[in-house]
Amino acid sequence: MPLQRSSFARSAALLALLCLGVAHAADEPIRVGFLTVRSGALAAGGKQMEDALRLFLKERNDTIGGRKVELFVGDTAGQPAITKTRAQELIERNKVHVIIGPLAAFEALAIDDTIRSSETPTISPSAAAEDLTQRRPNPWFVRAVGTSAQPSHPMGEYAATTLKYKRIAIVADDFAFGHETVAGFQRAFEENGGKVVQKLWSPLNVADYGTYIGQIKPNVDAVYAVFAGGNGVKFLKQYGEYGLKGKIPLLAGMTTVDEGILKSMGDEALGVVSSGWYAATIDNPNNKRFAAAINRDYKQDPGYYSIGAYGAALMLEEAVKAVKGKVEDKAAFMAALRNVRVANDPRGNITLDALGNPVMDVYIRKVERQNGKLVNAIVKTYPAVSQFWTYNRKDFLANPVYSRDYPPAAHLEK
Amino acid sequence: MKRLLLVAVAAAALTLPLWAGGAYYVNLASQVMIAALFAMSLNLLVGYAGLTSLGHAGYLGLSAYISGWLMLRLGWGHGASALAALAGTTATAALFGLVALRASGISFLMITLALGQILWGVAYRWADMTGGDNGLSGLTRPNPFGIDLAAPGHFYFFTLVVLTVVAGAIAMWVRSPFGASIRATRDQPRRASALGFNVSLIRWITFVVSGFLGGVAGLMYVYYHQFISPHSISLANSAEMLLMVIAGGPGTLVGPMLGATLVVLLKNLASAYVDRWVMLLGIVYVLIVLFLPGGIVAGLDRLGARLGRVPAAPRRTSEATPPPGATEASR
Amino acid sequence: MSFWLIQSLNSLALGGVLFTLAAGFSLIFGLMRIANLSHGAYFMLGAYVGLSVLDQGYGFGWAMLAGGLSVGALGAAVERLVLRRLAGKTLAQVLATLGIAFIIADASLWIWGGDPRPVSAPGFLRGAMQLFGLTFPAYRLAVLAMSIAIAIGLWLLLDKTRLGVMIRASVDDMQMARAIGIPASRLFTIVFCLGAALAGIGGVIAAPILSVYPGMDADMLPLALVVVILGGLGSLAGAFVGSFLIGFIYSFGQVLAPNLAYFILFLPMVVILAARPRGLFGRPMA
Repeated sequence: MPLQRSSFARSAALLALLCLGVAHAADEPIRVGFLTVRSGALAAGGKQMEDALRLFLKERNDTIGGRKVELFVGDTAGQPAITKTRAQELIERNKVHVIIGPLAAFEALAIDDTIRSSETPTISPSAAAEDLTQRRPNPWFVRAVGTSAQPSHPMGEYAATTLKYKRIAIVADDFAFGHETVAGFQRAFEENGGKVVQKLWSPLNVADYGTYIGQIKPNVDAVYAVFAGGNGVKFLKQYGEYGLKGKIPLLAGMTTVDEGILKSMGDEALGVVSSGWYAATIDNPNNKRFAAAINRDYKQDPGYYSIGAYGAALMLEEAVKAVKGKVEDKAAFMAALRNVRVANDPRGNITLDALGNPVMDVYIRKVERQNGKLVNAIVKTYPAVSQFWTYNRKDFLANPVYSRDYPPAAHLEK
Repeated sequence: MKRLLLVAVAAAALTLPLWAGGAYYVNLASQVMIAALFAMSLNLLVGYAGLTSLGHAGYLGLSAYISGWLMLRLGWGHGASALAALAGTTATAALFGLVALRASGISFLMITLALGQILWGVAYRWADMTGGDNGLSGLTRPNPFGIDLAAPGHFYFFTLVVLTVVAGAIAMWVRSPFGASIRATRDQPRRASALGFNVSLIRWITFVVSGFLGGVAGLMYVYYHQFISPHSISLANSAEMLLMVIAGGPGTLVGPMLGATLVVLLKNLASAYVDRWVMLLGIVYVLIVLFLPGGIVAGLDRLGARLGRVPAAPRRTSEATPPPGATEASR
Repeated sequence: MSFWLIQSLNSLALGGVLFTLAAGFSLIFGLMRIANLSHGAYFMLGAYVGLSVLDQGYGFGWAMLAGGLSVGALGAAVERLVLRRLAGKTLAQVLATLGIAFIIADASLWIWGGDPRPVSAPGFLRGAMQLFGLTFPAYRLAVLAMSIAIAIGLWLLLDKTRLGVMIRASVDDMQMARAIGIPASRLFTIVFCLGAALAGIGGVIAAPILSVYPGMDADMLPLALVVVILGGLGSLAGAFVGSFLIGFIYSFGQVLAPNLAYFILFLPMVVILAARPRGLFGRPMA
């Protein structure tokens, strides 16, 4: 009958259009914005992040959860003002669905309100500032790396209880990351019976560490050295040149002997004990594959920045799968991100706590030479460490944020 | 001809949100104007008074930090904290001026650099007050007459108004007899002194006003970014402002605006297309030096003169060759 | 006692490094009145070139030579093509030299990458020496010795050679010097080339202590400026004394006033400049 046929034709046409529409939405790529640093002092870390992210995309043929991925890269040059502009560009001009980045804590703070007002899900692959997931959490912000103090709490305990050090001198970069890392170490160390007898803060861009090394008290059991960027290279070299290597053992923060700079060091780094949530020597199939791929494509071991970016991408993938590819539904996507459980992260199982910070194993590592290459070999594992260590979350948050003077150092000697 | 140009530019500026192509570009325009505010404040010192300063970003930072801190920690309102910030910045400029103006030439450059670095170091180190390298975040924009400035378009017009007022004030000041005396201290300080002008006082007043206007720009900066950190007071930032002034055309009214436009657009747009945009920026600066001495404004003048076949009036900028008799000591 | 000794030695070593950095700047400014704001970039470039030479397996001496020659050549080119036309125009000089600094810095990032690169001292100078019961890196003492050698070399050049006489004459009174036939423009190129080469060699010498990293130019330039200003512009003796003075202020300042560490150099500079604008050894600029 003509009427039936036309109505059938109409509904068929409608159905076809619908399918086309749906197929179109699925054809539209997921637009991922990537904020990194390509110029200036932080460029090395930025490159490692970008390399790892591109490896991730290459492994998956630019497809996550069934949808293609389009990557937009913004170079922030390590400047908060430029970071904000790039973020706005990614959000307003490129209309990204999610941002991976930025690199530095101050950059993340600079775009805090932009993320909030634009409601853009953001996964930071490297900003470790405590308050980003403590006293000033942003509902649209999560991260793939831990807080500054997350690995230094266990280090403090390890130094006091296992290594049985009693008196420690600390030399650290004088900026927020250094302050927070040291604070965590000092708190755990002193609660376990140790005493921090000296704290030396060196400016980030200090010409040379001779002055600081010359001040280290000769009668300490160890020195805890916390440096970011390339400063660890200089410090360790000079530590050896002043004859302290072998005389006073060295403990270090995660970034002091990060794989990214370990490759530039020599024997002066051997034996340095550090703590971190990653080591290229982690023995599980996912990490073996990851480390091998990074070595094959970029000729170096993955470190802090590489695992941060790769981990962020893995979180993204899990969240996309959880919402079945519908990243346009921002609320659902963000909720999926916050509840993500990544089983195939090179670090093992990763979950986020209620504030958006990952709970991860922390490794005590020791620098050794394996097959002629310097690596962080794993000595001990503290499983499932959160940003609050063994402390009660409410009490922790009620205290002021870790800083240069909090917790106060009660045992400093003149 | 010039009037036509002015009308065209004004029309474009007033309708920018309509044709700019999206919120991103409107925001960029706001940034250009804020940079122009800085450049204009520095231009008073560099272009009109002939005193090259490499520490001007300090006033930006001081004003931003004071207003930010008062709002964040003491809960002050926008108006009160803005006034306090401007007062504090101007007082600091007055003090710094007393110290810096004892020197001239490269020594002046160095003292201003040092003073700027001291402010930077304090911002970094006094973390309890300033937040250290994490800075002060979570700041808000003002609500003048109940208008919400969070929207890019609203903020753009707010900035446009401020820029117009400041530019107008500077134009009036510079064209006044006092403005002429400033230029006199730049070109012929000994002669000016012989004629009875108090060269030191004139320079100091210019220094203070320049600092004050830098503070105004600082307020606009912190309102736009809602964030302030020591990075904004860095030597690199001071140098960038200075480059805006020089590239645009020192000692002119429009020069700083052109310089600001050049630098901000290059930094933000070029980096989308060119990986090595820092190098591009450097090359552009060198090219300007080689082919447009006197800055973009001087180049435009010459272009305009050639198009109009009218010999360009010799523009009195700080780089004009001093008449015979003046020695280097007069710089 | 040993504390004071170690910090004093540190200060002397740092002073040596600063002199290798500042000598070239002082020379250029003294003659040409050009504040070469690319100086930090030349220093860094020399260090990178030296690094590449060392990577290829050549010795430290070759690295120093390569660093000096390459940067010197660049300096000569820059002077001929760009700075020649900017005599007396401070603002244009600032724009030009900063622009060049940007270019060099970004090119270095492009060519050598963003990783910080440590540099090893020449083999026989590695390790520590025992001095008065202290352990002190041998290389730093060598830097001290090298800076003194450079100072003596420069003094001999300026005092005993024809070139030096011409330079000194031009510094004292440019117009008179021209009037008696001294080829000023060729002199300018030579001096700028020499100043840049000194920066390049300085970068290589300092590299085992400072290592080489992006952003080094921005860290070094203020130090050079501080030394030269404090010591007095255009005075080599001033640059020499200024370097060691700054070395001491920097080292002891960091120890005794750690709260001021971020601007320990700039406070005394403001004080001294406010009291004596021409620096310690400078001549009045008239």
